[in-house]
Amino acid sequence: MKDLIRIRDLSVRFYTYEGVVHAIDDLDLEIRQGETLGIVGETGSGKSMTALAILRLVPSPGKIESGSITFFDKDSGSEVELLKLREDRMRAIRGNKISMVFQEPGAALNPVYTIGNQISEVLLLHRRRELARAAKQRVDSLLSDGNARAAGLRRPLWRWQSRVYDKIAEQPHAIEPRLLSHVPLLRRLLGRLTHEAGLLTVNMLKDVEIPDPVRVAADYPHELSGGMKQRAVIAMALACSPELLIADEPTTSLDVTIQAQMLELFRRIKADKGASVLFITHNLGVAAEVCDRVAVMYAGRLCEVAGVEDMFLHPLHPYTRALLDAVPMPGKELQTIPGALADALNPPPGCRFHPRCSSATPMCEQERPKLKEVGKDHMVACYLH
Amino acid sequence: MNTLVDIRRLKKHFPIVGGVLRRPVGAVKAVDGVTLAIKRGQWLGLVGESGCGKTTLAKTVVRLWKPTSGRIYFDIADVVKAQIEALESAGRNSHDLASLLKENDLATFSGTRVRAFRRRAQLVHQDPFTSLDPRMKIKTIVAEPLRIHRVLSGEAQVTAVKDLLTRVGLSAGQLERYPHQFSGGQRQRIAIARALATKPEFIAFDEPTSALDVSVQAQILNLLKDLKKEFGLTYLYITHELLIAESVCDYIAVMYLGRVVEMGKPEEVFHAPRHPYSHSLVAATPVPDPKRRVGRIVLPGEVPSPANPPPGCPFHPRCSQATGECQESEPVLEHVGGDHYVACFHPL
Repeated sequence: MKDLIRIRDLSVRFYTYEGVVHAIDDLDLEIRQGETLGIVGETGSGKSMTALAILRLVPSPGKIESGSITFFDKDSGSEVELLKLREDRMRAIRGNKISMVFQEPGAALNPVYTIGNQISEVLLLHRRRELARAAKQRVDSLLSDGNARAAGLRRPLWRWQSRVYDKIAEQPHAIEPRLLSHVPLLRRLLGRLTHEAGLLTVNMLKDVEIPDPVRVAADYPHELSGGMKQRAVIAMALACSPELLIADEPTTSLDVTIQAQMLELFRRIKADKGASVLFITHNLGVAAEVCDRVAVMYAGRLCEVAGVEDMFLHPLHPYTRALLDAVPMPGKELQTIPGALADALNPPPGCRFHPRCSSATPMCEQERPKLKEVGKDHMVACYLH
Repeated sequence: MNTLVDIRRLKKHFPIVGGVLRRPVGAVKAVDGVTLAIKRGQWLGLVGESGCGKTTLAKTVVRLWKPTSGRIYFDIADVVKAQIEALESAGRNSHDLASLLKENDLATFSGTRVRAFRRRAQLVHQDPFTSLDPRMKIKTIVAEPLRIHRVLSGEAQVTAVKDLLTRVGLSAGQLERYPHQFSGGQRQRIAIARALATKPEFIAFDEPTSALDVSVQAQILNLLKDLKKEFGLTYLYITHELLIAESVCDYIAVMYLGRVVEMGKPEEVFHAPRHPYSHSLVAATPVPDPKRRVGRIVLPGEVPSPANPPPGCPFHPRCSQATGECQESEPVLEHVGGDHYVACFHPL
């Protein structure tokens, strides 16, 4: 399988008053086409930051210090270096080719706009050309309708609209239509674009199995339940059929039965649209459920990357093992990981897990183990292997 | 084992007010007729989705809230309970009944009686980031119950606080710190130390590990296990994670929309669930084993609003087994063998 995203030597640092936090430290990871890659780890392991770095949305005072993120665009067949892209080009990728579903659906939606409005916004930004074409077709069909004598004065108006939409379809960001959208009254002539976007939005809501999508499109976020809001957010992320969907703990705030519905939805979306999914979660059960490959992170570094069966049935890194043992399972003594999470400001030298590791050697304290391939599609950063 | 907490037909409704006069126009039936017995020394797991009334039940049992109706007996002899039931079924509003209830029914307690009760029952909240006062030092937080209940003071109080903190795995040197200087797991330890301060017999835990990481969660659960053994405690443990409930609890109650729909030993409820809701709950729980992916039941729809619950069995709109009977009358908990009880007309 070909790569879709290739991350090399990525480092993200936060410059705070207390010191420099190494949120991500020399990360190498690839997301392949059509796969679901899970990133699991505890709080502060850098899993969300990896996602934000791909979208170049690392919040201040954080900075992407070094490294490269290459995006292989399937449609145009070109290679894009995301970290070197101009901001306006990046904006054309965000929400379009790479989109994101956030953890808290309540916080991801704007409370003062309707659901339909917010999904249309994505389309109006990235799919202007298609919308203009659809709008022009509708105006043209009105014009060619011979029986429309009632139209009267509206005919010249339609002709003019048809020309404007043509212009937009040719050049989505041409100056005239953009100026037009700032003129009161006249900007209403562009209303057909919004109308077309609204129609598409309803289809999208139907796609994520929202019952009564027409009503939901007119609802405000507070009128929906958590599960419905998450569906709406997913619909928004899928609006432009992205090549990569990043889901940052999308089911953490949901109930188990709703979570099961969501996971089913993610599986279906992947099968239907052929998109790759980067699934970030701290719930190992969820990871086992949806992922094809899993990457385990600890304190900003990768410990282990493997296919889902390898990871859960033959984990190699001591941290992965400890993490799996800490999951409560009936009929099994609960194992704890001794010690506390590595201090982000003063991380231990060498392997960051060595102070908590039962099989640590003096070597682990001195030098950082490199990620190396130990089996088919199985990479571990540990001196034991 | 005798029963420590005996909850009977407990209801807690929250009024919805409307109009200019703020008159009640309806009620959110958070807990709607729960009968549940917690034996001494038991670790009872209460599972269910959000909005099913788990937290309300716990807060009502420790009497942070006064129940709308129903009885709660805390450490009351069976003879007395039988006497009350007998007088009640006689149907007369006798003076005897009133005075018996006043003495024994926790649901009617107020003032000093509630205060005395709270020494014996404590609650640990869900989110350790909001349950500790950010402007109080740890020593003050843990000593507060001792001060309020006038258990200990002065030098003895300080020693007690130190003992408590070391018992839950913190060091006595951290007494002078503030909550923000601790991690989530440490904060939950502080909250547990505070709950232990008055030497209670019964502690209700409201999802104590849901805000914590997996490795920290295991530490807290092991701590709870040790404390229970050491102090002979009885736990009411609320969780929405079935794996936790199954691995630590002795007895399970499954709640749906304010009602207990199934009760039983963990192996009964989780391996041979009889209620369709428990069954789909078990099936929906992701297990860290990629081989167990198949055969998933996705429950359609969402939990209805407790302000306007469906008639009959609350689960019937989402149930695959529902018949006309389920829409008309509400099933009651029935014994189905062992310690297993199910409220369903068509148990699986």
